Amino acid sequence: MRTNLNQFFLLWDKSRRSFVLAVRSLWLHKLRSALSVLGIVIGTGAVITLMAFGEGSMQDALEDIKRQGATNIIVQSVKPPDDSSNQRRTMTLAYGLTHADYAKFKQLDTIVGSVPMRMFKQEIRSLHRMHNGRVVGTTAGYRNVNKIELVDGRFLNDSDDDNIENYVVLGADVAEALFPFQSATGETIMVNGHDFKIIGVLKERTPLSNAGGISEDYNSDIYVPINTCRARWGVAVYIRSSGSRSGEQVELHQITLTISDIDKVRDAGAVIKDNLERDHGYKKDWIVVIPLDRIEEAKRAKDRYMMLLFIIAAISLGVGGIGIMNIMLATVTERTREIGIRRALGAKRADITLQFLIEAIVQTTVGGVIGALIGVGLVFIAPIVSEFVFHKNLPAQLNAQPVIMAMSFAVIVGVTFGLYPAYRASRLDPIEALRHD
Amino acid sequence: MTAVVRIEKLTKEYRLESVTVRALRSVSLTVEQGEFVALMGPSGSGKSTLLNQLGCLDRPTNGRYILANEDVSRIDDDRLSEIRSKYLGFIFQSYNLLPQYTVVENIEVPLLYQGCRLNEKTRLRCVQLAQLVGLGDRLDHRPMQLSGGQQQRVAIARSLVNDPHVILADEPTGNLDSRTSDEIMQMLMKLNDAGKTIIMVTHENDIAAWAKRIIRMRDGQIESDEQNVRAEIRHEMSGAFSASLSSLLAEAIR
Repeated sequence: MRTNLNQFFLLWDKSRRSFVLAVRSLWLHKLRSALSVLGIVIGTGAVITLMAFGEGSMQDALEDIKRQGATNIIVQSVKPPDDSSNQRRTMTLAYGLTHADYAKFKQLDTIVGSVPMRMFKQEIRSLHRMHNGRVVGTTAGYRNVNKIELVDGRFLNDSDDDNIENYVVLGADVAEALFPFQSATGETIMVNGHDFKIIGVLKERTPLSNAGGISEDYNSDIYVPINTCRARWGVAVYIRSSGSRSGEQVELHQITLTISDIDKVRDAGAVIKDNLERDHGYKKDWIVVIPLDRIEEAKRAKDRYMMLLFIIAAISLGVGGIGIMNIMLATVTERTREIGIRRALGAKRADITLQFLIEAIVQTTVGGVIGALIGVGLVFIAPIVSEFVFHKNLPAQLNAQPVIMAMSFAVIVGVTFGLYPAYRASRLDPIEALRHD
Repeated sequence: MTAVVRIEKLTKEYRLESVTVRALRSVSLTVEQGEFVALMGPSGSGKSTLLNQLGCLDRPTNGRYILANEDVSRIDDDRLSEIRSKYLGFIFQSYNLLPQYTVVENIEVPLLYQGCRLNEKTRLRCVQLAQLVGLGDRLDHRPMQLSGGQQQRVAIARSLVNDPHVILADEPTGNLDSRTSDEIMQMLMKLNDAGKTIIMVTHENDIAAWAKRIIRMRDGQIESDEQNVRAEIRHEMSGAFSASLSSLLAEAIR
């Protein structure tokens, strides 16, 4: 036990000596050392930076999904693909969800909330101004589901709907475009020949990627009670575009359903799909989006990204390691005489191996630390540059784990690629080595 | 007198491509404690090969080598390293100091490989040795900042640090001018007076004249082996230095 401890301290002394020597020779050949560890620096830095940005955008995506609501199920109408069998030469195309569907969903006992929506593009006019916006017919529940806030007035309520009131709530951009210098609340706008009284204005909303992954801008929306919408626009909406009139007949574009419990979301989703399949028959004019699934999808995407990063890290650190090995082999040749001297003075093969191994580890560790510093620096600087130069938000999330991982990788690389040169050094014949110039 | 070094019918053969070179042909030699031996001979006579054998840097093809009562002719590489670090001190023609280390650090190197922890005590000993060879004011200099003679003196201090049984010197004055050579030889002589066994390879008669015993080699064999009476007289003249060295060496570190 005593001798073991002593041996350990001896090893410690030798390692410390080798460490000091390694640092000195690094310092002596500054440029050479810098170039030889460059691979490790770039590898470590790149991995840390990419990890941070990957993590950041993943967090962003997850928050995005959570904003849609993890307990929600979103049912949307989709335009069915042109099918010659049902192509009647009419100008109006009828498809999508119906009020009947909506009524049915409300019967399901796991559903605690449901918000229907009907959306179409319209010109919105005030006395002097015009804005191309989108009319959204919905109910009071919309506010809670989408967690929206108002800057002024109030949102639609159930009695507005029951009474088919000509009330409207404006999105932030619409309010700004139509009433730039005054409060919009209480004013009147005209849409499709009907007057609507403004009862509230929404706060600016961050765009949310929808089922197709395209960002939707909500700030040009105006909200009217769904019954009012049905009463004023009827079932079909005609949109003039480049001289021809095309129309759509869609009762509801979207129904957002809130499920009582997160564990019941999947089952409820299945029930809803079954219902729609039965009721809509061959017509695949609907889609069920479950944000909960997207969370898992996002997690899977993250795993794939991390796997990819892992491969990139392995390759770049491997390349860096080859650089270290190259320089270590050169160092061994250069210092053959020193090895001979040490052997003559009593160094065992293991002592020589240890010395050159430590030298390689010192190099890669220094490289790893510099790389980590650069990586962390980039994580802080890049989003600022991106914000100011490209006006794009670049989310970054820096965790300790990838930093530690990248640096320990660098050390492992040092051991792996330092082993062979160190072994070569230890196998040199002392007499030959002493004779070497 | 006890025999520190005893070699019996030592043979060393090298294979150079298809030719076998017989560098040592059944050499027998005994060196006793406190001797100062000069190995002489023309190049190719086998004196360097013999020194490498004596220095445990190589193993013989045949024959026995007994160093301090241990047969070292058939032991493995690690054990050879151990023998070198414990029983032998080396002085080379080209000094062979480690350029990255200071004077004191260079002197410390054999201690580290001997299995001795470096601490204040060992450092003090190294400093004392540096002072002994006259480099007390150069402790933190690097070899490049020292003259050839000074470097060789560091090498001498280094060869003493592990209190070796035998000091092996390979042309210790080969790179030095005659005045500095004299200084170095004086120093070796004094070490010998203090009881150190020295085996030195040289091809210069002037240098060999310092040794008490001169062995001449030719074609891998010992040609002549004689006592050098002139050196004995010289040795009698050294004084205080030996006393201080003896006391220092007495402070064995093990």
